[in-house]
Amino acid sequence: MAVMTYRDALGRALDEEMARDSRVFLMGEEVGEYDGAYKVSKGLLAKYGPARVRDTPIAELGFTGAGVGAAIAGLRPVVEWMTHNFAFLAMDQVVNEAAKLRYMSGGKLSVPIVFRGPNGPAEYLASQHSQSLASFWTHVPGLKVLAPSTPADAYGLLKSAIRDEDPVVFLESELMYAWKGEVPEAEFLVPIGKAAVARPGADVTIVTFSKPLRAAVEAAAALAAKGVEAEVIDLRSLRPLDEAALYESVRKTGRCVVVDESWPVASVGSHVAYLVSRECFDLLDAPVALVSGEDVPMPYNHGLELAAQPSAAKIEAAVLRALYREV
Amino acid sequence: MDDSPVSLLESMQLIRAFEEKAGMMYGLRKIGGFCHLYSGQEAVAVGSVSVLDLERDYVLTAYRDHGHALALGVDPGAIMAELFGKATGVSRGKGGSMHLFDPARRMLGGNGIVGAQIPVATGVALAQAYRGDGGVTLCFFGDGAFHQGAMHESLNLAKIWSLPIVYVVENNQWGMGTNWKRVSAEEDFSLTAAAYGMKGLSCDGMDIESVRDALREAVGRARGGGEPSLVEARTYRYKGHSMSDPGKYRSREDIDEYRKRDPIAALKGRMEDEGSLSEAEWEGIVSRVEAKVEAAVAFAESSAEPSPGELYTDVYAGARVAPLSAG
Repeated sequence: MAVMTYRDALGRALDEEMARDSRVFLMGEEVGEYDGAYKVSKGLLAKYGPARVRDTPIAELGFTGAGVGAAIAGLRPVVEWMTHNFAFLAMDQVVNEAAKLRYMSGGKLSVPIVFRGPNGPAEYLASQHSQSLASFWTHVPGLKVLAPSTPADAYGLLKSAIRDEDPVVFLESELMYAWKGEVPEAEFLVPIGKAAVARPGADVTIVTFSKPLRAAVEAAAALAAKGVEAEVIDLRSLRPLDEAALYESVRKTGRCVVVDESWPVASVGSHVAYLVSRECFDLLDAPVALVSGEDVPMPYNHGLELAAQPSAAKIEAAVLRALYREV
Repeated sequence: MDDSPVSLLESMQLIRAFEEKAGMMYGLRKIGGFCHLYSGQEAVAVGSVSVLDLERDYVLTAYRDHGHALALGVDPGAIMAELFGKATGVSRGKGGSMHLFDPARRMLGGNGIVGAQIPVATGVALAQAYRGDGGVTLCFFGDGAFHQGAMHESLNLAKIWSLPIVYVVENNQWGMGTNWKRVSAEEDFSLTAAAYGMKGLSCDGMDIESVRDALREAVGRARGGGEPSLVEARTYRYKGHSMSDPGKYRSREDIDEYRKRDPIAALKGRMEDEGSLSEAEWEGIVSRVEAKVEAAVAFAESSAEPSPGELYTDVYAGARVAPLSAG
């Protein structure tokens, strides 16, 4: 078992998949000569050359669409967006092309492509660079959406995404790239569509994905000191969603707090809260709670930007309210 | 393919007759939604496709796509069945008029979003260059798409990556109800090629030999050395933008002027003058084409509707997805 960063785990997955399958190639802004805006692709240009590690101009619509075209013509592109914020410029190609070509062609076309890059708030980046697009992508049938929060899951899920026959949107995070964790040295895949229990517990279920996982685990530790054992579910896959894992946990605990750093209106978090409320209605001892990002554009000021995001303190408070205890 | 004049004439006449019939079927409400007829532009699709190698080349176009599909030899019955929304349609009833797909005949789609096929086609050419298979991609779009950022981003990518692609702008002079001169900084689209360091060509889209000359040169350059080109084919559509557009923004005189230069009549007249087409041969073409179109309608009429279960197939690879429960 090796300890590695989330960044290096992604790089290892790319390297192994490119070595395994000559149809796999990476393209995006700064992926080659710069070694990756966040160094995920470090060393790959030297190893695979410019045809397979392809620098692009700043033209998200154009190169994302070129990825879609390469995919329908038999290649397996990995398109890196410097951040998901810039993917708004490419949304037509993801939503109107990648997600629909199989369906509109009656199954004659396949679009095996991965769109990946950092998503969600980092620090001091203000409104245009600090938003989560998880809900935008997850809304769309035809896409798969993955949001790993540990190095091992980042590695195993990226490999699964590259091998998948359908378009996969992959959510990373600037702050998570430096996170470290154990990753087995032997090759493995993490299946798409399976949630993980990040921490077992019997009193309340905390459901989350991506970067807020750490805050959720931190909150669970603080709650344990108060005699509350929280079970933390890491969704990992937003579409398809592992509904069975959610319901199994909530049927055991009877309480559920959903944590999603996106805005609260029509979000993955609000959808999960709806599903749990519907499927576990008779077993719930409290309303399902949602700890989300605040419903505002992200401010630059650090104090304000932290106040706009889910935190361990906010999660802990939501759990205590779900238990009808003093906050 | 057989690119003898008589074969080209028959191919154009098939498109003309098919579109006339499609218009009638639309009037009879056998076809719904948007239906964009290609009448008047036949020389562009037939002339362009006639210089391709259909073992390795690909074609992508926009929503006015019946003509390109027919020129590629896609079965008229399967196209008509698609317009009727039947299970036997080329896209199994899920695409309709704007989304005809038949990879076996090198047809990678129609596309309903103006200009969206241009990055996709660029990616198809990228796959051809990546594999080094000698294939060329032909990307058709209209004067309306010319001002989309997608087009400009794509031309830039094609040049910097030396892609084997020919961009054919079918300037039928009207982007829905807007004359191209009103919205184009430069009326001669072929000049724009220079901004992307590629060769620009102009041809008379009402004259199939002019189209073939330009495309032969452009395809040769693409296949030989990965040199992309932009070809403007000035043409004219006889009908409105779609079946729901009466086209009142154009004068009768304007349309009549172009009908005098009708591409089918022009080729037929030339062949008659040369003595290479007898009256009997022309009658043979007309009756064969009529029989094909009648058979296409009969096939579409007698074909089954898609089964209700088809709603949930082709969303992803493999088995059908389970519908979300209504709750």
